[in-house]
Amino acid sequence: MSKWNLIVDVANCTNCNLCALAVQDEHVGNEFPGYAAEMPKHGHRWIDIQRRERGAAPMTDVAYLPTMCQHCDDAPCVAAARDGAVRKRADGIVIIDPETSKGQRQIVDACPYGAVWWNEARGIPQHWIFDAHLLDAGWTEPRCVDVCPTGALRSVRVDDAAMRRIAEEEGLEELRPDLGTKPRVHYKNLWRYTECFIGGTVSAVRAGVVDCVEGARVELRRDGRTVAETVTDGFGDFRFDRLAPGSGTYTVDVRADGLPDAGREVTLGESAYLGEIRLDPAGA
Amino acid sequence: MKFKLILWALSWLFRLARGCYPAFRARLAERDLVVQIRSEDGRAGRWYAFAGGRVRSGAGLHPEARVALVFKTAAIGARLLMPPIDQLEQIDALKNFLVRLEGPEDDALWFAQTVMASLSAGWRFGRKMKDGTTRFCTMTNGGPLFVYVADGKIVRTTPIAFGKDDAPSWTIEARGNAFTPPRKGLLSPHAMNWKAMVYAPNRLLQPMKRVDFDPNGARNIQNRGISGYEPISWDEALDIVAGEIRRMKREYGTGAIASSNGSHHNWGNIGYYLSAKLRFMNAIGTTEVHHNPDSWEGWYWGAMHHWGGSLRVGGGEPFGTVEDCLKHAEMIVFWSSNPEATNGVYGGQDGTIRRGWLRELGIEIVHVDPYYNDTAQYLGGKWIAPRPTTSPALALAIANVWISEGTYDKAYVAARTKGFEAWRDYVMGVSDGIPKTPEWQQAETGVPAKDVRALARKWAAKRTYLAVGSMGNAFGGAARNATGTQWTRTMVCLMGMQGLGKPGINVSNLQLGVPLDFSFYFPGYAEGGISGDLNNTALAGALYQRMPQLPTMNPSSQIIPRLRLPDAIIDGHAEGFLWDARSMEGQFTKVVYPKQGHAPVRMLYRYGTALLGTLSDSNRYVEMYRSPNLEFVVSQAIWDEGDTRFADVILPACTSMERYDIGEWANAGGYGAHFHSQVNHRVIAFQAKCIEPLGESKPDYEIFTMLACRLGLGAYYTEGMRDIDWVKRMFDASDLPRHISWKKFIERGYFVVPPEAPELRAPTAYRWFAEGEKKNVPEAMPLPGDYTEQFLEGLQTQSGLFEFESSSLKRYAPDDSERPPIVKYTPAWEGPHTAGLADRYPLQLITPHARFSFHSHGDGKDSFLNDIPDHRMLIDGHYYWIVRLNPEDAAARGIATGDLVKVFNDRGAVLCAALVTARLRPGVAHGYESSAVYDPLGPPGRSVDRGGCLNLLSPRRSQIRNSHSMANSTAMVQIAPWDGVVEYERRAPLTPGVAPADAMPAAGG
Repeated sequence: MSKWNLIVDVANCTNCNLCALAVQDEHVGNEFPGYAAEMPKHGHRWIDIQRRERGAAPMTDVAYLPTMCQHCDDAPCVAAARDGAVRKRADGIVIIDPETSKGQRQIVDACPYGAVWWNEARGIPQHWIFDAHLLDAGWTEPRCVDVCPTGALRSVRVDDAAMRRIAEEEGLEELRPDLGTKPRVHYKNLWRYTECFIGGTVSAVRAGVVDCVEGARVELRRDGRTVAETVTDGFGDFRFDRLAPGSGTYTVDVRADGLPDAGREVTLGESAYLGEIRLDPAGA
Repeated sequence: MKFKLILWALSWLFRLARGCYPAFRARLAERDLVVQIRSEDGRAGRWYAFAGGRVRSGAGLHPEARVALVFKTAAIGARLLMPPIDQLEQIDALKNFLVRLEGPEDDALWFAQTVMASLSAGWRFGRKMKDGTTRFCTMTNGGPLFVYVADGKIVRTTPIAFGKDDAPSWTIEARGNAFTPPRKGLLSPHAMNWKAMVYAPNRLLQPMKRVDFDPNGARNIQNRGISGYEPISWDEALDIVAGEIRRMKREYGTGAIASSNGSHHNWGNIGYYLSAKLRFMNAIGTTEVHHNPDSWEGWYWGAMHHWGGSLRVGGGEPFGTVEDCLKHAEMIVFWSSNPEATNGVYGGQDGTIRRGWLRELGIEIVHVDPYYNDTAQYLGGKWIAPRPTTSPALALAIANVWISEGTYDKAYVAARTKGFEAWRDYVMGVSDGIPKTPEWQQAETGVPAKDVRALARKWAAKRTYLAVGSMGNAFGGAARNATGTQWTRTMVCLMGMQGLGKPGINVSNLQLGVPLDFSFYFPGYAEGGISGDLNNTALAGALYQRMPQLPTMNPSSQIIPRLRLPDAIIDGHAEGFLWDARSMEGQFTKVVYPKQGHAPVRMLYRYGTALLGTLSDSNRYVEMYRSPNLEFVVSQAIWDEGDTRFADVILPACTSMERYDIGEWANAGGYGAHFHSQVNHRVIAFQAKCIEPLGESKPDYEIFTMLACRLGLGAYYTEGMRDIDWVKRMFDASDLPRHISWKKFIERGYFVVPPEAPELRAPTAYRWFAEGEKKNVPEAMPLPGDYTEQFLEGLQTQSGLFEFESSSLKRYAPDDSERPPIVKYTPAWEGPHTAGLADRYPLQLITPHARFSFHSHGDGKDSFLNDIPDHRMLIDGHYYWIVRLNPEDAAARGIATGDLVKVFNDRGAVLCAALVTARLRPGVAHGYESSAVYDPLGPPGRSVDRGGCLNLLSPRRSQIRNSHSMANSTAMVQIAPWDGVVEYERRAPLTPGVAPADAMPAAGG
């Protein structure tokens, strides 16, 4: 049985918001009986985009994380609903019935992803329905995928075994594996949003002026063990990425030929830019 | 005999169309009227009596004919009426008085348009879909759309996906990869916002008059922007406007009316301001509000003097750079270049995918921008963050490293450039004692000297593309601040040192330069449309030969430089310089208002988008609107926003989705020649009337037509055409009929132009120049007479070479300290250096082009964009414009994300929502220009605006005196938590429009 899945590549999301706008275009002012009632013009983001900035000027980056109903196979909202107001379709799509869900605010509260929205005026919970109404009418992909300019959103209809293979091959992850809800939305390059880096810039005085040091060897250590090694680029920059936030105290050791060594210690909360590390004979 | 036969056939055409088509039957029922067609001598003729929706006809003359179409002879009549109609012959006949139309203007026009309607009665627009909707097509400022309509309402809009029937896509082979674009048009955010824009609650749905405005009594000008409006009928509104047009001419003379518009209203070659609006304004005679080269600015007034390109507003050649960059470049430096924010201009997100290929190929990427911009976010790479307005100093230091280390292209400089020695001596400090070293620039830019040296060395060692501005070779970014001319000049000079045009060495951000077929003719919007204006559009050089039309010419040659419009109205005097693209010298022409012996401007005809938030020192415009010198203001607009509320009479226009038009994606033509090389597929859309105009709103063309009729200009203005007839004419004038029938085009809604065959692709920009060959790129510029030695030899400069020392500037004003013949660095006249300013207003505010809206297009209107947290923020029930600031600056002021803050200086104050971000260097604030909403909390012009018009804070001073340019991404401001104080006294700005140059500090460092 083939089922729908959505693959989100965090590295390709530019925050252009076309996915969110397409949801509004589709659902504001339109009623799709059996699928979704009209979306309020404002205040709902059935597809939302979270922003994450890492580091500090001038070593920083920004990741955007599109979030939406995860169409979980083990969906807490299905369990929380009364009268079968939330159903799981054979193709994997979760639908909150716009009629029977009336007054069932607990469906909103049940979603650990915060992806179900309460329509105050209509008294109903609402969510991104994977454009089931369009897929049922023969569309080949949901609108958010259709409008995404970078391919950051991709929909695939395959059986679960094939999806597991794709997830394996492409290194896809769940947004919140700790929840165990078996979501049908899979994330690629999630580390761009969830993990941290330690970076710095290595310089030295040469021929009377300060210059960037290229090719300096930088070692990252924790608890006396080497975690990673790298070399600085032409701007003297180095960066150790994919570190877990709050993962402890690290030491950074910098060595370059003909220059004194330098070291830094950093206790990692969020990403840390260590600034300029001067390999100075006088001791920086 | 032939004449009589044709006239007889016409009566049957009416009957046939009436029988077959209900819409035509309805049209016939509109009027009871007898129309006569005859020869001048009356010996041949036929009458048509329209009554009760029926038409009777008879040979001979009718005694009660109200309208007469008179041909000089029956033979001429036969020739002109015999299908197929030859437009050129028709125009020629009109010009030579071979045919004339008699009778009341609106009746005559009704008859002419009824004849046209009988020919088009069978046209079927759009495609019926299985689900019961009809699929139409349209074109927007951000890409083509399918528009699905049911029961007269727009259900949804989607991108256009290309099918098997559509032309194939191109492929670029580079370094073992084959790159080909997705088979659809990728949209800008504002293009997916149209449903909300069409059905916006602030749509103007009926003509209105300010409640306390009486054209025959008290006008209460002082209440503009304060008083409310009452609905009036179209007749009353048009009578007032036509009456005022007549009164202006009668009391003051031709030119007492000025017309003003924004540039980005709706897409479409018929409805565009350079088309229907210009045709009308020429017909009534107006003082032109002359646009500054906005968005190019520094390029036109600066870089052009080194490398030419006047017809591209100072920008560079666009051709072939996508392929060349992917094949040969090793590094790309994005310098104040954020194409992901603006989508180039009009380009949707088609360029995004191409820039993604840079990542795939591992081409090294550097971003130079005070803001870690959207392009940097997407592509990653090294971020270098100079203080705003200081980039020219950074560029000089790069040149200094190259000269010191001997790493520039000496052979190229020797062979292909001129005047290097003079610039070299300045860069090295030989001429002024200050070597422009990386250490020198550090104090000015805040960028560590070591980073500049590293960048300079990489750049010299690698084949490097320079991506400047949002288009990659011009436009936006730092070209719009106080040192914009210096910045663009240093940018091209760096390329002059490294061999512009050599493989992998060029100026592009992959936005322009897609390998398309540029020989397929379809006009861009600046090619004149239906304007008939051969002087102020590209009509003469492009469309006119293919679409002959009655020429129009503005009888008034009086000009007001747009940025000085308030001065002209309030003070009665304004000066500036022309944007005259024909040559590099065109811009040296000074214009003065009032022109000797010409009428003072006493009426403003406002058209199109909200402009208030787009132009610098906006409070000055508020002042203008409330000046007693402005006796009448009419605003023809779609939405109640921005300046609309300062009008006396409001004429409600409909959107482009409610009328017919035709247009090609991103094809601007004229000053924006080859802008369509931004998109992956040339898409030409039949812009259908998807729905009926909402309320009583009307197409702009129809509004102008109704006014023209009241002034006896109906036939002249329309040539008897409806908007759809002009659309058909433009279709016929293009290359489309060779590929697709009209019937198919209006049903399917779009056409994709086949890509150029790989072996016929346009050569790479400037390759010919680098190799000393004749120019071989497909652009008809410069003008033939502007080459020096031989046609097609060399650049537009006097020497034909790249000129480090500009001949044109040397000739014009060799001692101009702001724009000397070689580019030098002078700190911004409003910046941290400015004495007495930085202590009160310590933050440098930059106001780049907006990301989600297109200037004011798409913003406000209660649209979907309001829900984008990076566009506006909802606080206490109001959507606030966003100002960004660095965590240090925020903490020092006790400001957190989501706080309401007042952004202010001596010019005004704006209420914004704060967004604290590490994407800015300390000392810099960032907020987009061009809010559509002006919402003063108290008296207009002297109270805090919560609409978000940050241009209230920007200087009205030109970048340099000898120009007409905006420096509106330059403003020193303070930001503080909102204190609730609504009113302020506007103080004399510290840097008024004509500030003396000696107020400037010496070069820093």
